[in-house]
Amino acid sequence: MSNTRSYESEVTPQYNYLVVKQFVIATILWGVVGMAVGVLLAAQLIWPVLNDIWQPYTHFGRLRPLHTNAVIFAFGGCALFASSYFVVQRTCRAPLFGGFLIPFTFWGWQTVILAAAITLPLGYTSAKEYAELEWPIDILITLVWVSYALVFFGTIVKRKTSHIYVANWFFGAFIVTVAVLHVVNSAAVPVHLFKSYSFYSGAADAMVQWWYGHNAVGFFLTAGFLGIMYYFVPKQAGRPVYSYQLSIVHFWALISIYIWAGPHHLHYSALPDWAQSLGMVMSLLLLAPSWGGMINGIMTLSGAWDKLRTDPTLRFLVVSLSFYGMSTFEGPMMSIKTVNALSHDTDWTIGHVHSGALGWVAMISIGASYHLIPVLYGKTKMWSEQLIYTHFWLATIGTVLYIASMWVNGILQGLMWRAFNADGTLTYSFVESVEASYPGHFVRFLGGAFFLTGMLVMAYNAYRTISEAGDEKPQAKALQQDGDLAEA
Amino acid sequence: MSTFWSLWIIGLTVISLLLITWVLFANRKVAVRDDEDPENRTTGHVYDGIEEYDNPLPRWWFKLFVGTLIFTVLYLILFPGLGAFQGVLGWSSVGRLESEQKKAQQNYEAVFGSYAKMPIEELADDAAARKMGMRLFANNCAVCHGSDGGGLFGYPNLTDKDWLYGGTPEAIRTSITNGRAGAMPAWGSILDDENLAAVSEYVLSFSDQNANKALVESGQPVYMQYCAACHGADGSGNMALGAPNLTDSIWLYGGERKEITYSIRAGRANVMPAQKDKIRKEKIHLLTAYVYGLSMDEE
Repeated sequence: MSNTRSYESEVTPQYNYLVVKQFVIATILWGVVGMAVGVLLAAQLIWPVLNDIWQPYTHFGRLRPLHTNAVIFAFGGCALFASSYFVVQRTCRAPLFGGFLIPFTFWGWQTVILAAAITLPLGYTSAKEYAELEWPIDILITLVWVSYALVFFGTIVKRKTSHIYVANWFFGAFIVTVAVLHVVNSAAVPVHLFKSYSFYSGAADAMVQWWYGHNAVGFFLTAGFLGIMYYFVPKQAGRPVYSYQLSIVHFWALISIYIWAGPHHLHYSALPDWAQSLGMVMSLLLLAPSWGGMINGIMTLSGAWDKLRTDPTLRFLVVSLSFYGMSTFEGPMMSIKTVNALSHDTDWTIGHVHSGALGWVAMISIGASYHLIPVLYGKTKMWSEQLIYTHFWLATIGTVLYIASMWVNGILQGLMWRAFNADGTLTYSFVESVEASYPGHFVRFLGGAFFLTGMLVMAYNAYRTISEAGDEKPQAKALQQDGDLAEA
Repeated sequence: MSTFWSLWIIGLTVISLLLITWVLFANRKVAVRDDEDPENRTTGHVYDGIEEYDNPLPRWWFKLFVGTLIFTVLYLILFPGLGAFQGVLGWSSVGRLESEQKKAQQNYEAVFGSYAKMPIEELADDAAARKMGMRLFANNCAVCHGSDGGGLFGYPNLTDKDWLYGGTPEAIRTSITNGRAGAMPAWGSILDDENLAAVSEYVLSFSDQNANKALVESGQPVYMQYCAACHGADGSGNMALGAPNLTDSIWLYGGERKEITYSIRAGRANVMPAQKDKIRKEKIHLLTAYVYGLSMDEE
């Protein structure tokens, strides 16, 4: 205790906020872009003529990897860079280490995103899901990532606290593992500048791909965002983290089990039975460690539930934890072979991904951004709290519409595909299941449009907050806002 | 799988599970019940104002974790998972597939068996058999030939009497079983533009009375030299080769002047994939009857 007292009396170090600001703005920008492409894709599934806007560049097959790369690596990636740079400095009480490497991670990452946005519509792809980018871009990613690791771990080494805060364990595990996953899965033999072939072949290639693919979810989209959760939830709630013991157990269990779960993407395939079984049991074993993070986040709020009524940012964080808990329950269930036999290749999978991507990843990134922007730009709060409420409802309704419609569609498709007549012939042809999916696809399109609208509201709110950062009368504005809120 | 890799997998799996179990039990604080003393001690660390409580693991969560660990161990004993160890139940995905196939064969043999003995002409009039044929068609053929069998550009219409390879039951069965490969050679490197235009006009004249008389006349000898061998002097085609009849106004690749010239200049290649490895003989029998029936419906 005496140690901490002395830290508090120290002068706050000069933190590097420039790179954090850059990444926060990039997060919002790429969020809007990536989700807009997603809404276009959803519309193309209902009105196929939209494929023809500018063929072949606007074809579904070319825009789909652009959407996934933009939301995962551009939107999610920038949110992770921003929050991890912010959190590691403040919880270590040390400014970022790394000098020129710091701006390099920002501009290098933006170059990767731009290169993806150009090459994917042009049709350059290595055809590995979530790792479509061709080898020159893969090398740039590696360079940026190594720099990121140097900056992050360098700052940890320079820390002035005796222990390392739990958020940084998760950020650290995410950075190290993503480096390993990216290098191993992207190993390829180049043919020329824009074409390469995977270093692996056959079932081994599939296994490496889904070892990567599932851990992109496990480490990029789960461990990294748990790092965000462990800082912004207790900070925004003003409450201590519920259980240090739980942090330890669920951290080590999560990172050691997740890496085994990939084969559940390859049930009933040419992958050997033993690998499929291990993938399945390890996925089931993931349930408790995943929920550990949810419990630690939600229980942190116990005693401060009333804040949810007045703090829309906290709402984003809590709802994100609820969706996290839901999708980490759904995931292990879908990995069970008999359930997977129904859900595989159906819209259910898309729904599951989006309950994680919209409900968990996007919501917590949005919550963290609403916390960060006023702090970074020296304001007491966002320009409009009312718009945060609006965004919250748009995002929540959008997510619910999206995943509910995909559940219905997924189960519908799975049941139609496996329906047999008494004579052993299939009851439905494939196209009948496509026809039956139209209503669900339309609801999904609406859900996506809701979510995108919320992002635009956020972009406007952030623009007003930032552009008035130098305003002479922020106090008056804040007071007026309080008045507005009281009326509402 | 070699013994080394088998042991490697078993070793890694068992060690990982043991380590996780150890982490779980080593951090279990049994002394404090989670409904007691909820606002208990913090760890004493403060990070940017954030403190951490030293609460024990929630009991229900601990039990959930232990439950999934027990399930994992049981599953790996019963089913294949630990390297080369096949599991005590002797389950395998191939075994499962084979047993289901066997069951299906038993269930459906009677149905398909009785139809297999009926001649195609008779089957084509049997309502129940046609219904089964229609379902087979919808799942295997409709993607190319259309759900009504009406065909598309490049995919033959199966409902008319115009057959590339013959419309008898046996010819249809052969087309489905072994597939067909149609090849119209490209004449662009042999015929100049003038001759191409002339021969196209001549081909058009088989079915179109308004063709340009002069061009038709100069196209006739070209046709006789290059085209007649397959399509016949009168343009009626040759089913043995799959050479289409050019006189009936039915066009697989379009009958416009431009389209005909394109087909002659660049050639056409078309493949009907063989189904014999995909669809069982008894089912092909029903499909044959269904397709045969489609063309008979016109009458």
